[in-house]
Amino acid sequence: MLEFQNICVSFPSERQDRIFGKIRQQVLFDVSFNVRKGSCLGILGESGSGKSTLGRVLCGLLKPDRGQVLLDGKPVYGSRAGKRSLQNKLSVVFQDYTTSANPRFRVKDIIGEGLKVRERREGEKPDREKETAALLRMVGLPPEFSDRFPHELSGGQLQRMCIARAVACRPQIILFDEAVSSLDAHTQVQVMDLLRELKEKLDLTYVFITHNLTSVTYLCDDVLFLYQGKVTEHLSVENIGRTADPYAGKLLESIVMFEEAK
Amino acid sequence: MNLGKRFLHNRTAVATALFVLLIALAGVCAPVLAPNDPYATDILNKFADYSLQYPLGTDQLGRCVLSRLIYGIRPTLGLAMVTMFGTIGLGALLGITAGYFRGITEEVIMRLVDVMLSFPSQIMVFAVVALLGVSVQNVIIANVFIKWAWYARMIRTGVMQYRDCNFVRFSRCVGMPERFILFRHLLPSITSDLAVLASLDVGWAIINISTLSFLGLGVQAPTPEWGAMLNEAKEVLTSNPVQMIAPGAAIVTLVCCFNLMGDALRDVLDPKEVEG
Ligand SMILES: Nc1ncnc2c1ncn2[C@@H]1O[C@H](COP(=O)(O)OP(=O)(O)OP(=O)(O)O)[C@@H](O)[C@H]1O
Ligand SMILES: [Mg+2]
Repeated sequence: MLEFQNICVSFPSERQDRIFGKIRQQVLFDVSFNVRKGSCLGILGESGSGKSTLGRVLCGLLKPDRGQVLLDGKPVYGSRAGKRSLQNKLSVVFQDYTTSANPRFRVKDIIGEGLKVRERREGEKPDREKETAALLRMVGLPPEFSDRFPHELSGGQLQRMCIARAVACRPQIILFDEAVSSLDAHTQVQVMDLLRELKEKLDLTYVFITHNLTSVTYLCDDVLFLYQGKVTEHLSVENIGRTADPYAGKLLESIVMFEEAK
Repeated sequence: MNLGKRFLHNRTAVATALFVLLIALAGVCAPVLAPNDPYATDILNKFADYSLQYPLGTDQLGRCVLSRLIYGIRPTLGLAMVTMFGTIGLGALLGITAGYFRGITEEVIMRLVDVMLSFPSQIMVFAVVALLGVSVQNVIIANVFIKWAWYARMIRTGVMQYRDCNFVRFSRCVGMPERFILFRHLLPSITSDLAVLASLDVGWAIINISTLSFLGLGVQAPTPEWGAMLNEAKEVLTSNPVQMIAPGAAIVTLVCCFNLMGDALRDVLDPKEVEG
């Protein structure tokens, strides 16, 4: 349902040879892939390989230099209607959870924003209080938290609240950018179980950006390796050990070695 | 909201706000409170000592100093407030426009701000007043004119700082209306800075208007404005220096009060500040 076609992204580089130079540093090179409806795509790559940038393109926040994102066959960039339909279908959990919540909002207002999106789209008014409590319980937070401010939560709790907010919109696609990386192993499993359950129940599509191979094998159907802004490998999780790509192999090897050393 | 509660918990905020309110009330009720007519001269009774009839004595024309102080609240505080709202209004409007819409709009506004900021402000005030003529209205125009650029720059920085925050990105991403982003995310985020700036700025405006009155460019005698009173007292500085004390102390107290209020408001408006 989601298709990336030859996406190229570059940022202005700080190393310029002239004062008003226009040298740009390319971050994504010709990235193409597609995500099937109801599947979960894991994006693996080392730090700085362009994963979050890819995420921003996917959210409609960063217009690529070249290429197009297609949602159900319709282009997202370049038309208002395309953007609108993306906004209606997509929700996101950002990597940096500390700035993900407005410090002046209470938890119930933050989740309420997600609920408001749903109200606007579906035109019915759910019972805000009940929904908020249900969402909080779902991500393993006590409903009493709804009166707290974000700075009164721990990092992991905040991250889980962001997941609750993303789910509150009732989207069809959710983009997770390192959404579980800051949680401990136990909570990670708990949250991923929850995500899996939600996916089944609501027929969601996930794009799951992470460093962590284990969470990919646990949750995802397909996996995409990103190396210095290029897609080096795209295969299904079952075949992950049989990758022919040297970089993907190396990444896997180092992760496996690390896991064994622990 | 527990904003009210946090406000009540902050002793400085409550005290300063009460004090300012009290002063403002005194200004409104001046005809009731003032013991004498502030304009009634009594040459025979000039430089009178403190007495029951003239609690703070009389000035060089025999007018009651206390009554003049009380009547002086209206122009002093009132003009400062008008100036403050004018500057903040204009500055916020342009600052938010620049920070929010970016692109060519931002370029134009910010270059204008740069030009404004590169003039020495006091000289600009004189120039504007000299150009438009000496009157209260022109003093306010001059003050707003030189100060809005500061605000525009400050507020633009605030807007820019929050515009790329993840919570704004989330709202964008799920298609919340721009109105929501502006009024629920951006504006509340910069209000605390704005409130602090505003209260500090009232202090600045009081001093500035008083300075202009002192130099004879602002409020004209015989209107009892505090700066103008200082100006009149200046004439008799060598023979009766005590005349400076009452208006001088009044200005210092009020300005200090506004500055303290600025500090306290910052604490009140920051949700991270621990209640104590
Ligand atoms: N706004 C920007 N301006 C300039 N360069 C940027 C910008 N954002 C990202 N980059 C560069 O793009 C590259 C990819 O960044 P990105 O945030 O996508 O990495 P990432 O794969 O998410 O890394 P991590 O796993 O550490 O989060 C980096 O080299 C980064 O320096
Ligand atoms: Mg990242």
